Amino acid sequence: MEAESQTQSQTSINSATDIVTARQRGRALALELGFNGADVTLIAAAISEVARNIVDHAKNGEILMAPLQNGHSSSRLGIQIIARDQGPGIRDVAQAMQYGYSTRKGLGVGLPGAKWLMDEFDIASEVGRGTTITMRKWKR
Amino acid sequence: MQVPILKQGGYLIASIQSVLSDADLIQLRDNLGARVGTYRSRGVIIDVTVLDVIDSFATRMLRGIAHMLKLRGAETVIVGIQPDVAFAMVQLGLTLEGVGTALDLEEGLAYLDLKTKRVTRDGS
Repeated sequence: MEAESQTQSQTSINSATDIVTARQRGRALALELGFNGADVTLIAAAISEVARNIVDHAKNGEILMAPLQNGHSSSRLGIQIIARDQGPGIRDVAQAMQYGYSTRKGLGVGLPGAKWLMDEFDIASEVGRGTTITMRKWKR
Repeated sequence: MQVPILKQGGYLIASIQSVLSDADLIQLRDNLGARVGTYRSRGVIIDVTVLDVIDSFATRMLRGIAHMLKLRGAETVIVGIQPDVAFAMVQLGLTLEGVGTALDLEEGLAYLDLKTKRVTRDGS
């Protein structure tokens, strides 16, 4: 057993291989937190998309994953995933979140798709400073 | 990890063994493109049973492989997409438009038999 596996984990994203690492860690954490199989897959897919966004646009970044707790209850109720980079940033976030919009040759479904997969999705970006995506999924 | 490609009669079977990196998928595309010519294959089965996630990149690659092989004269069928994986793809809005899919290897072979049925050159 890995020690402290339920605490926050941090995965550096520098290449396409790291995307696989990040989503496997996310899958493991989601399973530990008791998410059902379908949700575990949705979470892994969302991580895959935001990690790919880092590789494609910022080259380097990191993904932080942590259990989420309800303020009053000690039971773990969800998962939070933060994807951040110090890349070029997104000039028009609304446009980037449009389904089918891509500045590269992608399908343009990555970010809007990830939003659909999760319960909460927030994106903060500043041109020249980078992008931070925070997404959460709660156990049903 | 490289995907082994088996020759089965007039078909090729690419059986994905583990989680694939982007580079593995690109390699698979190149290998299939070449082998279809080498073996004059009319059909290709890509077995994705072990994939835990098929994200937008993997979808684009699978679609690209199928369309490329079609241009080389071979039909492609993707088999073994797991229920949770299929659900996540639907949520992501990903489709394998224009690409054959089948439940498993057996159904995939039946699909190819149907798709590649044609009169042989000597008419027999």
